[in-house]
Order: sequence, then structure tokens, then C-alpha cells
Amino acid sequence: MSERVLMKGNEALAEAAISAGCKCFFGYPITPQTEISAYLSKRLPKVGGVFLQAESEIAAINMVYGCAGTGTRCMTSSSSPGISLKSEGLSYIAGADLPCVVINVQRGGPGLGGIQPSQADYWQATRALGHGDFHVIVLAPSTVQEMADLVTRAFDLADEYRMPVMLLADGLLGQMMEPVVFKKREENGKSFDKSWAANGHGGKRKHNIINSLYLEATELEEKIHERFKRYDEIKAKHTMAESYMTDDADVIIAAYGSTARLARTAAEKARSLGIKAGVFRPITLYPFPVNELREATKTAKRVLVCEMSMGQMVDDVRLALECKIPVDFFGRTGGIIPKPEEILEKLKGV
Amino acid sequence: MSKVTIVTGHYGSGKTNLAVNLALWQSPCRIADLDIVNPFFRTADFAELFLRNNIQLNVSSYANTNLDIPALNFGLSAEPTDKLPLIIDVGGDDEGAKALGRYKNVLNNREVEFIYVVNFRRFLTQTPSEAERLMREIEAASGTSATAIVNNTNLGEQTTADIIESSVVQAKELSRITNLPLLFTTAKAGLFPSDRHGIKPIDVFVKTFI
Repeated sequence: MSERVLMKGNEALAEAAISAGCKCFFGYPITPQTEISAYLSKRLPKVGGVFLQAESEIAAINMVYGCAGTGTRCMTSSSSPGISLKSEGLSYIAGADLPCVVINVQRGGPGLGGIQPSQADYWQATRALGHGDFHVIVLAPSTVQEMADLVTRAFDLADEYRMPVMLLADGLLGQMMEPVVFKKREENGKSFDKSWAANGHGGKRKHNIINSLYLEATELEEKIHERFKRYDEIKAKHTMAESYMTDDADVIIAAYGSTARLARTAAEKARSLGIKAGVFRPITLYPFPVNELREATKTAKRVLVCEMSMGQMVDDVRLALECKIPVDFFGRTGGIIPKPEEILEKLKGV
Repeated sequence: MSKVTIVTGHYGSGKTNLAVNLALWQSPCRIADLDIVNPFFRTADFAELFLRNNIQLNVSSYANTNLDIPALNFGLSAEPTDKLPLIIDVGGDDEGAKALGRYKNVLNNREVEFIYVVNFRRFLTQTPSEAERLMREIEAASGTSATAIVNNTNLGEQTTADIIESSVVQAKELSRITNLPLLFTTAKAGLFPSDRHGIKPIDVFVKTFI
């Protein structure tokens, strides 16, 4: 399939997961990501995979834990309240060094919140996805095409670093339709070492144990240090960002996901009014593209962070810039999508 | 008695946008939003447009709220519906078509046009045979047979005249294998100079985001 077809973000993501070799999906329905489940329930069994609707989000993430332990590519998907339920399981998966892909198509919170698009889970995704000293890689698509492309990347990164990778989308990206092209994957992609997998030793090797419990504190500390060395490598090698009209910009709008699309429109309008505006879009939220942001703001006098939240990524922008450039914030929350005109008004004021 | 037009098809085939156009052409009329599947991008988004154009809207009072339950808390049959043409915008695929069953009594003794909308640039309906399979699923779920096809092939903002022209061939083939008339092919107003291939210009109302 190399022709452009019209797909919903959720469907494109699901189809790309299958092409990336995802063999098992465990999930529980929740708006606005249910199309992922619906799509995979029809398609996965046809390609020899397993689709299982679990009795809850908690059950689903623990099924992922078990499946990931066998070295099988697997995925779960939910939206904000459901991701909170998965946090214990995610911590265990991180503590057992297992690869898996987790999708969060964000909606308004806290609590049951609402079903409209939101970006209020940034802190949760990048800081506090579960208890303990750990991180997951967080990728933020901005188009339906990226919903497809980044899920492939997510599976590769998960396998390379033996850790969970989250795709942090939002209800707008999940529901909107855009043309998408599925790139032909080189054979079956890269191959990864799975000698740790508990997939049956057949009496030919020592058995593998999947576990996150360390009774000796020194052993646990050593394990965590080893994990953080991997995070350092990811920081050095795998940050991703996109800069748009930043070369001569006086003011940079920093935004991720669907908000970055609105920011582009606002920046273009600003340019037509003689305001030198540009857009910086992080694609990896963890690790945050610190160097890319510094490069993009070389000529900038101010930065305006735009989010569908009360301001969460704004912290990472301030940390990255070490307060050398003033950073302002504009956001809408609770499921309200900001208008480019609103962003422009704020831009004029900063 | 006035006509009932039922609009069904694959998710994203453009059912809602077509239903809005049909309503504007037939005004004064009544339009019912029967989408129990998708809480976003639905007929209820156009309440103001309908008000301005003498179109009555029947919609669940939970549509476009944060309560995403598949409720249809309005009775078409209790209303004096037979005075006005009625357009029913049905949810996507066979799942959405199930909701039609509840209103079967409305359809009795009325002239019904059951339109199957197809977009050959949509995943899972890229060929006439794929499109036919999905149509049969919708017919089975709704307990009603399609009576006509509308070709609404598009690639969103990236639709070109070539894409539409090449889809006409597929639409004719779908018409042949299903033995159903192809009512017309749609194109965003301005894309074609005249009514070539029986192409009907339509307005695009469904929200786009840049």
C-alpha cells in the first residue's frame, strides 16, 4: 500500500503498528481512542496476531507485561483516565526492562474529565508515569502521517533500549482524517537481541526470569544506574524536533502535537503582519530536545509556549533555556482547542 | 408523503457532509443525527446552519457533550415527520447502521432512498469489491437494503480533479456489481468547470484543522 489513503489518526496508528510487527494488543475501550481497538480487533487476527479486550485497563497493562516478557512486540492503548490506571503496571514493566508500546490519546482531565482533546498529561508522561526512578520515551505526533510513522519508531526504540515507549497524541489527532502513506518497511525492520525473553528454554539454556524485585538495595541501585545510563544514551542519540521559520525569528512559539499545527498558522499570520515568528515543535517529549530548542531560539528575544493545558511543557522549555530568554505561556484547557487567532493575539502582546 | 433519505457508509466516507448538503438542497426539511458511534465531526455541529436554512434537526441531547453514550433520546415516529422530507445521517459501518433498526416504523409506508456513500480513497473501501463487502455488512446490520450509491471520493484538502475522475470508473463498477444506480459523484464546488460525468458540486462543511 504505497498510495495515499484517507485515514483517521487512530486507524493509521493501528495499521502502522501491525506493519511494525505488533503481534498482540490488549486494551479496554475509551473515547477518543476506541478506533484503535476496533480496528485491531478486525485486523490483528487476520495477520496471525492476538487482539484481546481485557476486563479493565489494569488487566490490559498486566497482559502487556506478560506478553512483553516473551519478547513479542505488543501494545496497549488508552486515553487519560485509563493511562492513570495503567501506571502501576508500567512501573513494573520499566522495572523489569521490558519493551512495549503504550498509546495515550489524551482527553480532558482530571478525573473522568471530558472526551474532547487535551494535552494535560504531559507531566504524567514525562515525569510520573508510575512510582520509582524511571522514564519512558515519549513521542508526540502532530499529523495523521506521524501517528503512523512514530509508532514504528516507538517499537524500534522499545526493543533497542528494552523499555516502554509512549506515543502521546490527543483526541484531535486520533479523530481527524488526513491522507497517509504507509512506507514499505525494509524487510522486517531491524533485528534486536531477545536472548533475555522468557519464551521457553527447551532444556537448552538457563531459564530467564522476568522480575522487578531486588531484595538487596545495592543491587537495585546498580540496576537503576544502569538504566539511567541508557537514558543518557537516548538523550544523546534520539531527541527529535522540528523547527519552522526559526532562522531569523524574534519570537518562537513552542508547541507539540496538534497545538503545533495551530501555532504554525499563527506564526504565518504573524509574519504577514511583520512579526518575525517561528515555531519549535518537540517530537520527543522525553528526552526533551534541549539542544534543538537552544539552536532554534538563537535569534529569539522571547518564547511563547502554547499547550492544551494550564502549562506543563512550559517547565521543560524554561529548564532548557535556563531562563536566558523570557518564556510566556498561552493555553486553553478542558477540551477547548485554541484558535490560531488567539495565539496570534497573545503573540502580539509578548 | 414526503421522502426519507438514509445516508450510510464507511466511517469517513463523508456521510455527514453529504447529509448536510442534501438537507440544504431539500430545505425545508428535517435531518436526524443517528450517529451512535462517533462523538466528533457530526451533524449536530451544524445546528446554526440548519436554523438559518429552515432545517429542523433531531439529535440526541447528549451529542457534543462530554457524555459519550450511544443514546437516541428522540422519537422520529412521534413527530409529524411525514409533512417534511427527512434525511437520516447514520453512523459509520455496520456498527452505526444498527441504530436504524429502532426507527424501522418510521420507514414503513414511506418512500425511502437508502444511499450508500463510498470514498474509494478511504482505507478498506479502495476497490469496488471492498466497497460492496462493507455495503452488505451495513445492509445486514440495519435490516434494510441500499437503493442507490453516491460516489463521494476525496482525499480531504488534497483532493484533485484526477482523483475524482479516476474514482468515477470504480463507482460505475460498484454500480454494476451491486445492480444499484449511481446517483451522482460529488466534488468540492469549484473543482470541476461543468457537470462532467454527472459530477455534482458540494460545499464542504466538516471542520478542517491546519
